Amino acid sequence: MNKLIKYVLYDIVRNKIIVAYTLFLLLLSIGLFQLGGSADKGLLSLLNLVLLTVPLISIVFATTHFYNSYEFMELLVSQPIRRSRIFMSEYLGVALSLSAAFLVGVGAPVLFFAPSTTGLFLVVTGVLITFVFVALAFLASVITRDKAKGIGIALLLWFYFALIYDGLVLLILYAFSDYPLEQTTLALTALNPVDLGRVMVLLHLDVSAMMGYTGALYKSIFGSLWGIGIALAVMLLWVIVPLLSSKRIFQKRDL
Amino acid sequence: MSKTYGKLQVLRGVSVELTKGKVISIIGPNGAGKTTMSKCILGMVLPDSGDIKFKGESVLNRHAYRSQIGYMPQIGRYPENMKIRQVIEMVRDIRKNAPIDDELIGLYRLEEMYDKRMGALSGGTKQKVSAALAFLFDPQVLILDEPTAGLDPFAAEILKGKILKEKKKGKLVLITSHVMSEVEEVADEVLCLVDGAIMFYETIADIKNQTQETRLSRAVAKMMNGGTAL
Repeated sequence: MNKLIKYVLYDIVRNKIIVAYTLFLLLLSIGLFQLGGSADKGLLSLLNLVLLTVPLISIVFATTHFYNSYEFMELLVSQPIRRSRIFMSEYLGVALSLSAAFLVGVGAPVLFFAPSTTGLFLVVTGVLITFVFVALAFLASVITRDKAKGIGIALLLWFYFALIYDGLVLLILYAFSDYPLEQTTLALTALNPVDLGRVMVLLHLDVSAMMGYTGALYKSIFGSLWGIGIALAVMLLWVIVPLLSSKRIFQKRDL
Repeated sequence: MSKTYGKLQVLRGVSVELTKGKVISIIGPNGAGKTTMSKCILGMVLPDSGDIKFKGESVLNRHAYRSQIGYMPQIGRYPENMKIRQVIEMVRDIRKNAPIDDELIGLYRLEEMYDKRMGALSGGTKQKVSAALAFLFDPQVLILDEPTAGLDPFAAEILKGKILKEKKKGKLVLITSHVMSEVEEVADEVLCLVDGAIMFYETIADIKNQTQETRLSRAVAKMMNGGTAL
């Protein structure tokens, strides 16, 4: 496995996009911390931008990488290696390099400007979100052989999780505002990895005091070690389910 | 085994046993299923029904058996950013314990071009790399998909010589080809696929005898015409 990851990483590092991504995140984080005044404010703005850009870049980069690696995979499938190993090496190669970019671009500035548990949560969330969206990207890529379609599906997924989903949740909350919706909102949060990440970080900031009943419920759940454990487990499910299903499809398809 | 791509039925119940120490040429019109058949053997394409056995064991969803197969694709596609050296080293890295036979690398003088990127190579040079990779690990079975298409005559001669040499070592060599003179030169037996089914599988001598022709291309043409008439 490690051998193959080495070659995947080598290919990615030669691609300058990952360097540009690191610099972009670095500039963003440092800029926001310089502007914000207090560390918490900086973290809050950073959170919002991270939750918008990290999924987008992860999913687009991973999808294009997958299609560009077709030759590489074709070369390998005629060799004595398991297909699942080829697939997992590709996944880990992409997810690890994007995470490394995130750790340098956001992790280092957070450590420097706002070393706190909230900061730690932001970094962990960012890495998990990267893994989730690379898995979703691979799922989009194995569904269709057409690169344009694959990237289209990937972008739709991003639109859905980053923008449309919140709109739908608001719609539901508004339509059923006469009913107690705390439990429902909790469940709805778990259905979107981006929201889950947002809630995990927000609850460690002071602003959570302004989130009303739902906020209080969230705080009572996510505030405990238990709740954090569950949230992390749900996040991991968001990685594992798309990853395993795309691996299955990849193993059964013709190359 | 059978295989369909969507509505297109590429292989319809092909069943054949190939034994070692022979050069078998798979011929047939374009789209007859030659490449699909070799890709099935390699596990790149999974058959819808049927089984493929290698040394008595099914190879479906296995991978270890591929260490004994060398494959030269019709059109070699390689990661464009990698250099020849890296491609060869990577494959060697994967097949760590295999014996090395780098005769073709030497004969094709690939070492002189080791630092060229795969994306910058001409089609013929890529074919040379493919050939060198197929023979590199001294495999028991060689699957060559139109090996000489794109190679210059000199390089093609080298390849033919290498094929005959490997045959003498008792290996099984499968070649798909359209060039009958070439088939006649290297092959012992001819397997003819038409529309995804085997039309005939005979030794070259038998084909010539049956059709009373001295040239293989004519003999095969006669056999194929006779077959469609049936």
